[in-house]
Amino acid sequence: MDMDELENIAAHEQAREAQYAHRVRVCVATGCLSVGAEAVQEALEHHATPKGKHHCLVMGVGCMGLCGNGPLVSVDPAGVMYEKVTPDDAPDIIDSLGAKPVARLQCDTNAPFFTRQVKIVNENSGIIDPEHIESYIAHGGYSALVKALTEMPPHDVITQVMDSGLRGRGGAGYPTGLKWSTVAKTPNTIKYVVCNGDEGDPGAFMDRNVMESDPHRVLEGMAIAAYAVGASYGYVYVRAEYPLAVARINKAIRQAEKMGLLGNNIFGTSFNFNVEVRLGAGAFVCGEETALMASIEGKRGTPRPRPPYPAESGLWGYPTLINNVETFANIPPIIRNGATWFASIGVGRSKGTKVFALSGKINNIGLIEVPMGISLRDIIYDIGGGIPDGRAFKAVQTGGPSGGCIPAEHLDVPVDYESLKALSSVMGSGGMIVMDDTSSMVDVARFFMEFCMSESCGKCIPCRVGTVQMYHLLSKFSNHQATQRDLDTLERLCDMVKYTSLCGLGQSAPNAVVSTLRFFREEYQERMIESEVAHG
Amino acid sequence: MAKTFKIDGMDVSAADDQTILQVARERGIFIPTLCFLEGLSFVGACRLCIVEIEGNPTPVAACATYPQEGMEVYTNTERLQGYRRLILEMLFAEGNHVCAVCVVNGHCELQWLAEKLGMTYNTLDYLNRPKQVDASHYRFAVDHNRCVLCTRCVRVCDEIEGAHIWDVMGRGIDCKVITELNQPWGESVNCTSCGKCINVCPTGALFKKSKAVAEMEKDTHFLRYFSTIRAGGD
Amino acid sequence: MRTQSPPIDPPSDDKRWRIVNATMRRHGYMPRALIETLNSVQQAFGYLDEDALRYVSAALHVPLSKTYGVATFYHFFTLKPGGAHTCVICLGTACYIKGSADILQALSDHFDVKPGQTTADKRLSLMTARCIGSCGLAPAGVMDSVVIPRLTAAEAIAKVEELVKDGHG
Repeated sequence: MDMDELENIAAHEQAREAQYAHRVRVCVATGCLSVGAEAVQEALEHHATPKGKHHCLVMGVGCMGLCGNGPLVSVDPAGVMYEKVTPDDAPDIIDSLGAKPVARLQCDTNAPFFTRQVKIVNENSGIIDPEHIESYIAHGGYSALVKALTEMPPHDVITQVMDSGLRGRGGAGYPTGLKWSTVAKTPNTIKYVVCNGDEGDPGAFMDRNVMESDPHRVLEGMAIAAYAVGASYGYVYVRAEYPLAVARINKAIRQAEKMGLLGNNIFGTSFNFNVEVRLGAGAFVCGEETALMASIEGKRGTPRPRPPYPAESGLWGYPTLINNVETFANIPPIIRNGATWFASIGVGRSKGTKVFALSGKINNIGLIEVPMGISLRDIIYDIGGGIPDGRAFKAVQTGGPSGGCIPAEHLDVPVDYESLKALSSVMGSGGMIVMDDTSSMVDVARFFMEFCMSESCGKCIPCRVGTVQMYHLLSKFSNHQATQRDLDTLERLCDMVKYTSLCGLGQSAPNAVVSTLRFFREEYQERMIESEVAHG
Repeated sequence: MAKTFKIDGMDVSAADDQTILQVARERGIFIPTLCFLEGLSFVGACRLCIVEIEGNPTPVAACATYPQEGMEVYTNTERLQGYRRLILEMLFAEGNHVCAVCVVNGHCELQWLAEKLGMTYNTLDYLNRPKQVDASHYRFAVDHNRCVLCTRCVRVCDEIEGAHIWDVMGRGIDCKVITELNQPWGESVNCTSCGKCINVCPTGALFKKSKAVAEMEKDTHFLRYFSTIRAGGD
Repeated sequence: MRTQSPPIDPPSDDKRWRIVNATMRRHGYMPRALIETLNSVQQAFGYLDEDALRYVSAALHVPLSKTYGVATFYHFFTLKPGGAHTCVICLGTACYIKGSADILQALSDHFDVKPGQTTADKRLSLMTARCIGSCGLAPAGVMDSVVIPRLTAAEAIAKVEELVKDGHG
């Protein structure tokens, strides 16, 4: 395999798609599949066949974003998108090709939900067929890997990633280039690259989408990373709860190996890179990097103290680069288009875009990709279409169990790592859950504490016992049985658990309580025993 | 190469393989520990040995942290004292520690720490989670109500005795030390009945049968013997 | 040390052990293959019983207590057989905000089974999930591996009634 061959494959695939007068794309990602996308695809294929060989190509593609309105179907070159399609709609859609679109199904692609998004990570999502490597190659896939391998020495690749300003998309926002250079500098001959696909935040499905809709992008990003840091072995750690993502990543690995894009002597160079999938088995804490490595090693997924960081001593003691799915997905476009291009998107120290899973009490439920620095208000009211049923916005929760609840008065804050942190929340992996005035913030805090309590690995005392104590106290508030002393104890525990826990899970477990106490303290006070308030 | 740094304002130096805790102990500076035991690997789990480092908002575990040149470490600030007391309160609230009827009364590390760190009363609610007592072994018994999950027994059995009959099951508050497949200890075919786990246990969770209240003393001298031969006899 | 065959025979001549053995062989019977192997037992048999844990421990040279520790750490593994049918209610944030806890309670009351447990007649296991990643379809449930979007309590009960009435399984 070389650049010419890759271009040939791309040209061949583009020509194959161009043979058809129309291309009908059906979203077959988890969201749409669960509302019957497979039957829609079959019906469309069934009705397309009689129209002749090259009339229309029906493709199964990845997520188109508006998951709440699935199954989604898009038609090219007409540029039309249909929502809530049923198999019965198939004849109308096929008959409409080349004529007037089916108005009753049409969804407005000029709405801000579509126009205000900037797609880098999801540029292929909903466009390519995730189960065909040729489809990825036809859209520029693996050209970044060829470019890196044939034109760039490893340190140039790292410089590009550093200059791009890309920061880890898994939550903490550590500069990706810096992490890479640390691993690259270690003298070891054995190193590992690990992709963290253990997306466990309730309310987040960004990484699942990338793995389901564009799996090769993740592998290409990992291969570039491996070349840059000097690794020849990689693992993709995926939750067993994501069977479709697991299947697609596995299929993608086999396809890439067959074409010589993974394996030994890639592109005729001396670079070898082999990838295996490892299944997560239902433990949120395994999203923490040292716990994830313990899990890959076949052990209980309990974190260990850092340093040493995985970059120095990771899997089986070897230097290990761990990035999350979305971080790796940003790599091919950075190498293809250059660091300057990437750094021109976003604000301040937060460059590029961020994918968010927008859900909860909001009109447009789904997956969005926006430039860093956009305001929460724009996301919720413009892209998200506001709050349904005429209710009032109360708070938006970002960052999952590690994050916090942001109230209405801070809606104009730009979405970047530092601004969200200043509001006692975090960027996190990208869950964004909107709450209206019917949600009790005490109950929300209790919900997240219950989560942290049952996901605590039990190793360190502050997290193991502290989360249980805090949960009990929050239950007292929920039941209107709390006292001023309980409030004081709760605040003491928040501080202690935050600063003494062993890993990120424990350290961020109090965040939901801290942020709701900061912005919605009156809701806690309302739930204290009345006499206490009167006297206190 | 030796590193110089400060503990509580005192200039100290550390060899490359020395943790903050080891240096402090050499200098006679007290840092409380519970899961740590000289001679076993460290896990950094009990968080009692946390120390503050100048410029770092989050305290670190002294047992698991190697000092860096010029670091300023504080071992006993008011903030740390508060955290440590609260951690002990949590342990007392998690299990069932009634010293008056305990075989290790007077020889218990948890009891000693509570006195030393000034934990005079518990501000937290007791969780009251009744746990089992397994007395099926012919010489030893385990009372899970007194277990603080320090995992010293797991480590000594694996690292020193090489039997690995102990491990931890479950997660979070449901964690429990187990023998073999969570079977009665007496049914374990791999237990060598060496008694090392009994001796390293900091509380009365693991004890010799037929000991009355306050009669059970622990002896961890064998660990020093092992660490000496491991270190090449010096 | 890599070896090519298991040092002991499987607990029974059930053909599913071949799948498990294939997993262990692929990893050279290294102790690090423990989770992969348990995954393969879980998928082949639906749960991990004592025989399976003993066999896997012996074949991979992993102490029994370590195997048990791993098997009980990850919630994907179960040590008891589940019911003939499974209903999973998602308790992820998006589903929670839209009332999935009430749906779970309704199912629990109606079928007289606590979340995480199986009915006395072994027909139904009522489970919860941390997030099935179908937040766009909240509140969502999974009934015998089919995702059901936008549930209501009444609908959930009706769907599960249908499921358990079904003669299969």
